[in-house]
Amino acid sequence: MNEPVITSSAERREMISFRVGIQEYCVDIMAVREIRGWSPATTLPQSPAYMRGVINLRGAVLPIMDLASRIGMPTTEPSVRSVFIVVQAGDRTVGLLVDAVSDILSITDDMCQPTPDISCENVRHFVRGIISIEGRMISEISLDRLLPEREALAA
Amino acid sequence: MDELEAIKVTFFQECEELLADLEGGLLTMQDGNEDSDTVNAVFRAVHSIKGGAGAFGLEPLVRFAHVFETLLDALRSNEIPGSADLTALLLRASDVLADHVSAARGLGMVDMDASAAMAAELKAVTDPSAAPAVAAPVAPVDDEMGIAFTPLVVGADDDAGLDDDDMDFGFQPMTISLDAQAADAAVLDNVWTVSIRPKSDLYRKANETGLLLRELARLGPIQATLDDSVLPTLEFLDAEAAYVTWSVRVETEEGEEAIREVFEFVDGDCELEITRGEAPVADVLATLLEVAAPAPAAPVIEEPVFEAPVAPEPVVVAPPVVASAPVSAPPPAAPPVAANAPSAPAAKPAQIDVPGPGQSVIRVDPERIDHLIDLVGELVINQAMLAQRVGEYGIAPSSNLAMGLDELEQLTRQIQDSVMAIRAQPVKSVFQRMPRLVREVANMTGKQARLVMDGENTEVDKTVIERLADPITHMLRNAIDHGLESPEERKAAGKNPEGVVRLAALHRSGRIVIEVQDDGKGINRERVLSIAVKKGLISPDITLTDEEIDNLIFLPGFSTADKISDVSGRGVGMDVVKRSVQALGGRISISSRPGLGSTFTLSLPLTLAVLDGMVVDVAGETLVIPLACIVESLRPKAEEIRPLGPTGSVLAVRDSFVPLIDVGLTLNYRDKSPPPTEGVVLLVEGEDGSRAALVADAIHGQRQVVIKSLEQNYQQVEGVAAATILGDGRVALILDVDAVINLRRRGPPIPSDPTLIAAE
Repeated sequence: MNEPVITSSAERREMISFRVGIQEYCVDIMAVREIRGWSPATTLPQSPAYMRGVINLRGAVLPIMDLASRIGMPTTEPSVRSVFIVVQAGDRTVGLLVDAVSDILSITDDMCQPTPDISCENVRHFVRGIISIEGRMISEISLDRLLPEREALAA
Repeated sequence: MDELEAIKVTFFQECEELLADLEGGLLTMQDGNEDSDTVNAVFRAVHSIKGGAGAFGLEPLVRFAHVFETLLDALRSNEIPGSADLTALLLRASDVLADHVSAARGLGMVDMDASAAMAAELKAVTDPSAAPAVAAPVAPVDDEMGIAFTPLVVGADDDAGLDDDDMDFGFQPMTISLDAQAADAAVLDNVWTVSIRPKSDLYRKANETGLLLRELARLGPIQATLDDSVLPTLEFLDAEAAYVTWSVRVETEEGEEAIREVFEFVDGDCELEITRGEAPVADVLATLLEVAAPAPAAPVIEEPVFEAPVAPEPVVVAPPVVASAPVSAPPPAAPPVAANAPSAPAAKPAQIDVPGPGQSVIRVDPERIDHLIDLVGELVINQAMLAQRVGEYGIAPSSNLAMGLDELEQLTRQIQDSVMAIRAQPVKSVFQRMPRLVREVANMTGKQARLVMDGENTEVDKTVIERLADPITHMLRNAIDHGLESPEERKAAGKNPEGVVRLAALHRSGRIVIEVQDDGKGINRERVLSIAVKKGLISPDITLTDEEIDNLIFLPGFSTADKISDVSGRGVGMDVVKRSVQALGGRISISSRPGLGSTFTLSLPLTLAVLDGMVVDVAGETLVIPLACIVESLRPKAEEIRPLGPTGSVLAVRDSFVPLIDVGLTLNYRDKSPPPTEGVVLLVEGEDGSRAALVADAIHGQRQVVIKSLEQNYQQVEGVAAATILGDGRVALILDVDAVINLRRRGPPIPSDPTLIAAE
């Protein structure tokens, strides 16, 4: 008679949600290493506009990516409230510049909807799915597609 | 059993080193340097391999090594004359021996027929009529004096281990000395008896009888007997007094002088008696038998001993050596004896050549070193940050704090240098595999090639070393297979039928540069061009410079070999090399002169190394320019700057004109360059020797920086070699000078032209 009460715990995932402009996005909390306040980055030459540069994260060189710009929106103007979320994408660690971190969500897979088929290719490329929770629409970022391929500039 | 396995692993590690010594020695001989030291070193290498192999019952290896050794022994005792042909034979024999070692290790197979043929060939040299007995897997081994002895006690396994170049001092069961005595009968004239009675002063001055005995042992085989008859029982013992007397029987060609010299440093601190002859031997023997029971009290030190697998009681020798070591890190090649024995007179260099196994080498898990290097990198950055903060508070340079910081900086730098040195290794370990490759490739292609190596001691980080072997192998194969002509063609061209391939390593501009140069026919540009067009790699109506044509061979799918050989020419050659080199952040290029040969130049970063750089300001960004590239820095005068063409300008430097490159413009930091007269010009030299004048806004000074990879979390950025962290905690980029020059050469629009990619 000791039937386990929690039925869907296996599918339950924790997400960190954040704001980019007025839109809300989220990433899996397991990929997040830390969240840090904005500090000026060293500009990288010959790099796409969404690469804000690199910063020193306890001795490692961490590239900072402007998430808004990466998705194709106007670049973020860093303010005191701006933060970057240090995430693990594949074998690389990268900082995502966002406007503000909102909260931690606990979601199940059935709250996830496929990305609506809109014309913007960036959205289709970087958004894995859309989560509907408490009347908010939060897009899950597909981290492994954020960084450009390594060989892209090497030739 | 596990212990034996562990020893076996060590044996194979030593084999690698011995094989390298062997080959090195043979190559020296090949260069006409057949002095006895070299021949002896070669002999010892084979002898030691055989000795160890005997201990592990590796029969095929022992059998082959024995034949090899017999020949070498004949050579070193001048029974047979040395010749170029003989050296060539020995070199081939060393290859077979290496195969045997690999096979014994379980890696690969030996071609037994080839081995037997080689053995027969070797035998034929020593004794054309009858081969010496080689049937016994472990034949009796000659000792240094050429007196055969039968191992009575230590058994067949150990006899080969009685190795005269072994600098280790193990403590053998005493009975072994009887063998030597039996052998002594013939050379009584050379026997000396030395009686040493140390006074307590000797110990007080941190001298050590063990070291004296070791020095004596350098003169010849010794037997040391300890007379402890006056040693009081423990309750009456004065811990600082001296009670014992050593009686040492030395057998040496040297005179009394040499023996006295050993005691030079303890003169007056011990009673010394040196007598010629065997007289006290009876006593010695008696004492030997008498004290046989308390074994550790009377160790017999014999010079040619094998470090027995069973650890003996190290009575006196070992620990004080370590304790009195004034040099904390003796060079790995020299045994500690030479480095720190305070009583050591100049030792015979020939004996220092080969360090005892495991004596001065520590094997450490590389991960531990990596971790250490990372930590030290952090330390350097932290120290720099601290210094900068202190500077901001305006503390006087003469204050204690500032001086303490200076010391900290020096210490940090020293620690960093030492730590980096742990992992830096000479490229020798890669280079020494190459002579064999060249021999084999030359044989296979029917060409005559001689390999000349240069800069084997150039040090580079271990991580780079490991990845050098493949590109070098490829380039060498290519040089022999495609570069060198056949002997007939060479003769027809008026060249020496034997081609020369030069392999060199050097440090340049903070990178390691590997050059493979051949004196062959050079690149046939017409053919290269026509093939590239035929294969659709380039369009036919394009005009290329000679250099660009040469570099076409790096295009994927390009192969000029007339026939596909075993060696190279499947079209997977140079483009693979190029890609693997690029993956390491390196570059490869070729230059060729028709009829005179070609040179491949491979340049790789000294990864993780620290870099001395010039910190400069460009368009508000801080950049580091590797100091090694900078020839000079200057503030240009207006009349030295001459416009050239619509946008370009050059700088007149002592009658030569150097293109001016605005770094900020090249890296797209700004759209318009300010007049160069307002900034600073750094005259730099690229890898290919081309010069350029880089314009920066201001110079901050020189600094040592830790290289941080950009690729780890991002990717390679053109024009940027790596990043570093400055004293203020911010990231600064390290400029890739060559790339900046190339970027400029190419002009602002990045072309998609394949030829330019190839020429890059």
